[in-house]
Amino acid sequence: MPSATAVTRGAIKIDDVVKIYDPEGAAVMAVDHCSLDIAAGEICMIVGPSGCGKTTLLNAIAGFHEITSGRILLDGEVLCSTEKPKAEPGSDRIVVFQNGALFPWKTNLENVAFGPIMQGKLSRVEAHEKALSMMADAGLSGVEHNYPGEVSSGMRRRVEIVRALMNDPKVLLLDEPYRALDSLTKSVMHEALLEIYYRNKVTIFFITHDLEEAIFLGHKVAIMTTRPCKPKKVLEVDIPHPRDYSVLTSKRFRELIEETNEAVHEEALKAFAAGEKEG
Amino acid sequence: MAGRKWGGTLLWRGVASITVFLVFWEIGSLSKVWLKWETFAWLKEMLVSIGWTKNYLPWIGAVPAPTEVLLAWGKVIDDVGYWHSWYMSCLRVLGGFIAAMVIGIPFGLLLAVNRTAFGIGFPVFEVLRPIPPLAWVPASIIFWPTQELSIAFVTFLGAFYTIVINVIGGARSIDTRYFQAAQSMGSSSWDIFRRIILPGTLPSIVVGSAVGMGITWEVVVAAEMISGGGSQIGGTSGGGLGFFIWNSYVGGSYEQIVVGMISIGIAGFISSELLRTLGHRVTPWLRLR
Repeated sequence: MPSATAVTRGAIKIDDVVKIYDPEGAAVMAVDHCSLDIAAGEICMIVGPSGCGKTTLLNAIAGFHEITSGRILLDGEVLCSTEKPKAEPGSDRIVVFQNGALFPWKTNLENVAFGPIMQGKLSRVEAHEKALSMMADAGLSGVEHNYPGEVSSGMRRRVEIVRALMNDPKVLLLDEPYRALDSLTKSVMHEALLEIYYRNKVTIFFITHDLEEAIFLGHKVAIMTTRPCKPKKVLEVDIPHPRDYSVLTSKRFRELIEETNEAVHEEALKAFAAGEKEG
Repeated sequence: MAGRKWGGTLLWRGVASITVFLVFWEIGSLSKVWLKWETFAWLKEMLVSIGWTKNYLPWIGAVPAPTEVLLAWGKVIDDVGYWHSWYMSCLRVLGGFIAAMVIGIPFGLLLAVNRTAFGIGFPVFEVLRPIPPLAWVPASIIFWPTQELSIAFVTFLGAFYTIVINVIGGARSIDTRYFQAAQSMGSSSWDIFRRIILPGTLPSIVVGSAVGMGITWEVVVAAEMISGGGSQIGGTSGGGLGFFIWNSYVGGSYEQIVVGMISIGIAGFISSELLRTLGHRVTPWLRLR
């Protein structure tokens, strides 16, 4: 992974994390002694059946939910632990949500410029200038002054990713961002994401249940067990970055799919048998 | 409701539907001329024979025809008292409505964002809410020093509950992800209130206001009928369109009743349109859906 070595910040260490939901005494274990190391600047794909507890892990890193025990570190600093179960949400870890969370009442430009203005890092004018140039780089020229509701869902995802990057985060947390997109749009979005990534190297924690997507994008693919969630198999993808769509038809890509398909399928069957619902 | 424009097909359909309505009304009203009651003498006899002694059935012939109404309108159109009725009702509606907005929006927001405030305020609110504004008329006449204030108060109540309920509902239904995203990007509580809760609630405020405005017109007219008083045609005190109608009824001027009714319809329509236009302007992102 030569491209990942240049980045010095954004290493995540998930150390023996347990999350037990306890609605009215009926303890449900969502995450079971999960440990995972993600190097700085790495794209780590988390693959698992729907409802397996992947999002629980993401929410713990983002600081939206508490963990029960264990700890999560970012660049050696404890985000949350058994003693301090909930991390502070911060602009070093920005989430791109499953169904998108662009503010519908703000134009795309205002959305993108939101973070730096909130943090007082840039003035309104400076933030708008920077947002314009970042949007132009991401192929979003022309929709700056539209509302999110006026552009396609693929476009909205890109705006949201640019909005996240404007905060100069150490980690980008993507929660099945392309789930609702059709496969053609998805393939465009994959290349767009990689392009954005090559320009702004950050650690990416990417949740998906699409194995091809995972191997195509990731440096590392962690296949999770169904609830309770922990890594079943961690795969280092040895296809060099930068990648483009020709990778999909390469021999190595097919081999990696074959190597992992069974593990994923096994968990999917388990999830199906357990009657796990979508989401 | 998408950004609707008056014009083209829509305008013509509106004009056509109103025209057809008026034509039917005219024909119906004139039935007292071309449809003699005597024609149905046999029917009447039959009804009487089975114990039917009174005329229980409504008859559209009893309602003044649109042409008669128009003539009556022509008589009051340059009457100061008639326009004063408009003025008084509009003033009361505006006063009550603005008071309801000014008090209702912050109150609703407070209840929506603060658990303690909700715990204290909402039960009282929910007990008072089912009481129809008109049930407040006697109490408010006793409570408020002037009749004007008591009408304004009742009008205020009409819009207040709807606005508050809509604000609470709107603020509560804002997606958690917006809060999480804003928080991650370094927003303070005040930023979240100003940039997420306020704009996120705005569509509900617009809807609540539109409904509230409708109720305000209903209430003001009824309140004027009950307590308005004072103004006659030609006079310039008290009054209002509600009293105008009541006065016409008491005075036996049936055409004028309908003049008053239609006046209220027009006034209500104008206020709704104004509010809708204003609503679209403050929520531009909703125009696109």
